[in-house]
Amino acid sequence: MPGAKPDVDGPGDGVRIDMISGARMEGLTGMEKIRLILDGVREGNIVILEEGLSPEEESKLIEVTMTEISPDDFTGIEIETYPKAEATSQSFIDKLIGRETTKKLTVIGPANRIETLHKDENLISTLVSHK
Amino acid sequence: MGLLTNLRDSISRVTDGLFAADEPKRIGIYGPPNAGKTTLANRIARDWTGDAVGPESHIPHETRRARRKENVAIERNGRKVNIDIVDTPGVTTKVDYKEFLEHDIDKEDAVRRSREATEGVAEAMHWLREDVDGVIYVLDSTTDPFTQVNTMLIGIIESQNLPVLILANKTDLPESDVKQIANAFPQHETIPLSALEGENMDEVYTKIAEYFG
Repeated sequence: MPGAKPDVDGPGDGVRIDMISGARMEGLTGMEKIRLILDGVREGNIVILEEGLSPEEESKLIEVTMTEISPDDFTGIEIETYPKAEATSQSFIDKLIGRETTKKLTVIGPANRIETLHKDENLISTLVSHK
Repeated sequence: MGLLTNLRDSISRVTDGLFAADEPKRIGIYGPPNAGKTTLANRIARDWTGDAVGPESHIPHETRRARRKENVAIERNGRKVNIDIVDTPGVTTKVDYKEFLEHDIDKEDAVRRSREATEGVAEAMHWLREDVDGVIYVLDSTTDPFTQVNTMLIGIIESQNLPVLILANKTDLPESDVKQIANAFPQHETIPLSALEGENMDEVYTKIAEYFG
């Protein structure tokens, strides 16, 4: 039923997953992307990015994550992407001018709730636990 | 007037270039926690300067601040390279003080260590984006290299167009699997070594001179 809300009272009842499209991220600055991700993860959500982050944004994500870690509250993030997922789908022009695509499905969650069971070039298997 | 200005600018550019060539290059030693980065930094510093860089430990995040050893002059096959070694904290996306409790460290000290470790990792990321001219990436050859941190860091280093030398450390251990490291990053050359035992350091120094000279 359109507009119907699931029967969930709070985070204790389930795990919320935010799937964020590439189009949604495209208009954001690097810091806005990082804030969007970390605000969701700190609430206990799993964030899935359709197109991932650039290497520089990943670097800043690690840096900002480190500044927000605090004992008994937030222990950091677990992040998984497919290694070199889109390397073969670069256009000729992109390859010619050395522009690398950053499109890679990325899963990010709270370090204390998400555990990677298996990862290879074609499969990321993750265990998500309740709080 | 314009001609003189142009001439002065040209001379300035040439002299700047000459001095820049003599300036030490800052080479960051990066990698995950417990890969042997400080052991390697100490090995290089002791071999060429006689001094160490910092204390080594089996406890993760023993290095919680980037430490620099300046003016390490390495000579190899007629090539000389003058570098500043920057030993960085092991990069991670999570730090939980409870992990330190497993090493007989009390809670207060564990919390302090975890806070320093997070600051150190943030500092290391900043160095990587802003302040290093090349990277020695150290991996423990007894562990799986296909981790997200390794994938991300190599991607960040490549995006910065920094020269990177990948070292497969701990070859003195029976579980060492150098091929696994080489397969993980086939776009880069992998050099095996034991920083602890000093095995294959000759090749490491030759490659440092080649990559960063």
